[in-house]
Amino acid sequence: MAPPLLARTGGDGGDVTAILARGLRAFGRFWWDFLVGDTPELFVATLVVVGIAFLLAPLHVLPVVVVPAVVVLAVVVSAARGRHDRP
Amino acid sequence: MKTSEWILVLAVFGASAVEMVEALTIVLAAGTTRGWRSALEGAGTAVVVLGALVLLVGVPLIRYVPIDALRVVVGALLLSLGLNWLRKAWLRASGHKAIHDEDKIYAATVAELAADGPVRPQRDAVGFAVAFKGVFLEGTEVVLIVISLGASQGRLGLASVAAAAAAVLVFGVGALVARQLSTVPENLIKLTVGVMLTSFGVFWVGEGAGVHWPGSDLFLLALVALFAALSALVIPWLRRSSPAPAATAAT
Repeated sequence: MAPPLLARTGGDGGDVTAILARGLRAFGRFWWDFLVGDTPELFVATLVVVGIAFLLAPLHVLPVVVVPAVVVLAVVVSAARGRHDRP
Repeated sequence: MKTSEWILVLAVFGASAVEMVEALTIVLAAGTTRGWRSALEGAGTAVVVLGALVLLVGVPLIRYVPIDALRVVVGALLLSLGLNWLRKAWLRASGHKAIHDEDKIYAATVAELAADGPVRPQRDAVGFAVAFKGVFLEGTEVVLIVISLGASQGRLGLASVAAAAAAVLVFGVGALVARQLSTVPENLIKLTVGVMLTSFGVFWVGEGAGVHWPGSDLFLLALVALFAALSALVIPWLRRSSPAPAATAAT
């Protein structure tokens, strides 16, 4: 994650609402970048993995194979797609 | 210690080391251009705030959230983070993405700070702010990993100690080698941590959902082996389609 070095503040001083709104936007942006960022397919894959784990949990052996397999498939496909993104 | 606790320590230590190398680069640039007092005060303040975050968020999580729900949420977070680290490390190792270059980042930060007005002799607000933001932003990801791994295993203290040890080691070695941070094998560490976070993510999502992993905690080792072996296969495969060596990144 590359942080912006010097985020200048506005000149309005004590505007609490503006500061709160800026804080909330920054908080939301952090979580968006953290969870989705430039790889939304991995975020979707994570949700799919959670769903599959719950669905297959009662079947004992099947989830032990399927859950890791879905994760492997997701990250390999995402990396293969990432070959075209530079730098 | 149990297998899962050893892997927890290694994962947190590695993640903290990688992020602290990036933070140290910014602190070094702030210190040399704007004065050490302000840079160190900024970095120290950020460490205190990060520590407080671990206590304020982590302790209530352990005490009040049911363990299975916590493990699913934490597992999903770790999986999301781990998959991103793994993908990025594969693309960097195979030449599809620029390697993180601390020397370039250092030079760019120094140039930006030097152009930012005269340095105040006692306390320099710019030096303080840059060092604080550098450590805080890089450390936030470490805090998330510490809270996630620590809370899901009820070992918040162990995870915090592993993260702090890595930070002390990186800043200690950094003080000695100063501007040779580019020699740190950052991508290899990132790849290793990516393998561990992904393994933990799969494991905790499964545990929380009610999946019975064969061998219980030992299955974590099988997952680590699976993603390590996958990395060994995928990186050469990706390298075969690499058009040319990618440049190093300055940001």
